[in-house]
Amino acid sequence: MSADIVIPYNDTDRPDTGLYNAKLGVWLFLASEVMLFGALFSTYILLRVGAVKWEHGADILNIPLATLNTMVLIGSSVTMVLSWAALKAKNFPRYRLCMGLTFLAGIGFLIIKTIEYKAKFEHGLSPATSTFMAIYFTMTGLHALHVIGGMIVNGYLLGPGAKMWHTEPRRFTNRIEVAGLYWHFVDLVWIFLFPTLYLLPGKGM
Amino acid sequence: MSADHHPEAIKKQVSLYWKVFGALTIGTIITVAIANVHLGILLGIAVALVVALVKGSLVAGYFMHLFHEVKWIYGVLLLTAVFFVVLIALVMWTTADQQGRHSGTFAVPQRHVEPHHATEAAEAH
Repeated sequence: MSADIVIPYNDTDRPDTGLYNAKLGVWLFLASEVMLFGALFSTYILLRVGAVKWEHGADILNIPLATLNTMVLIGSSVTMVLSWAALKAKNFPRYRLCMGLTFLAGIGFLIIKTIEYKAKFEHGLSPATSTFMAIYFTMTGLHALHVIGGMIVNGYLLGPGAKMWHTEPRRFTNRIEVAGLYWHFVDLVWIFLFPTLYLLPGKGM
Repeated sequence: MSADHHPEAIKKQVSLYWKVFGALTIGTIITVAIANVHLGILLGIAVALVVALVKGSLVAGYFMHLFHEVKWIYGVLLLTAVFFVVLIALVMWTTADQQGRHSGTFAVPQRHVEPHHATEAAEAH
């Protein structure tokens, strides 16, 4: 088999879909992710509606830290899209800066989440404590895993993967765009998780 | 997504991203502020979800460029939305179908069953 196989439509749009392959692929992947988190949100609804008592997140969770984390993640979404815009403007140093900030924001998010988790365990609150705490740890834990996954991709594109910019700039720009789609999705999930877990009123308490 | 790479167009886009960031910040402040107002369970949930939907639309529409996408993407998302609604609706209906619930949003009045009828039915089986 030849080593020079060229994968078509990785930097140009397919005539039938109007998209390059990776973009359609990532959107299909995100569709499956919607169903994954959708299953957890419907589980939350089922457990909450069926429960006689349900904790008010604000009484046991740290709202200021979660609000800060929301802003960190929203800020990282801005830097992510700015890194793509920098490549469109052929400004590679700015790309590096914006992608670096996105990566740092990801680390910041995880540090804040760790502080939050640590405090919960120190106060004897674990997934075994109540149904509310079980769904809280499940949903935020899965979300944190998604943040880590995004950081691995972003870290690669910031480090060794960035070499592609010098050989195939258009393809590299597309990679940043699809990595961005995933990162924004992770932000989007948090936008719904935050009020659902931290702010919605409890019942029967 | 628009393929406009003109420096002025990119500058305009960057400015738009910062405006969206401002709107998301305001949305976050509103979300937290509303949570401190006692609106009741149903209204509290409705308001929180509406604000989250607006914020989510801004992220998807501008950062993910969904407002300027091609029909293939809309098709994928429409299909996802249908399955998502079915997923949530199934849970709602399952919960609403529970007989004898005395509390909860989807409480259904308990059907009255005479004790001796219930015994007879059990014996018949």
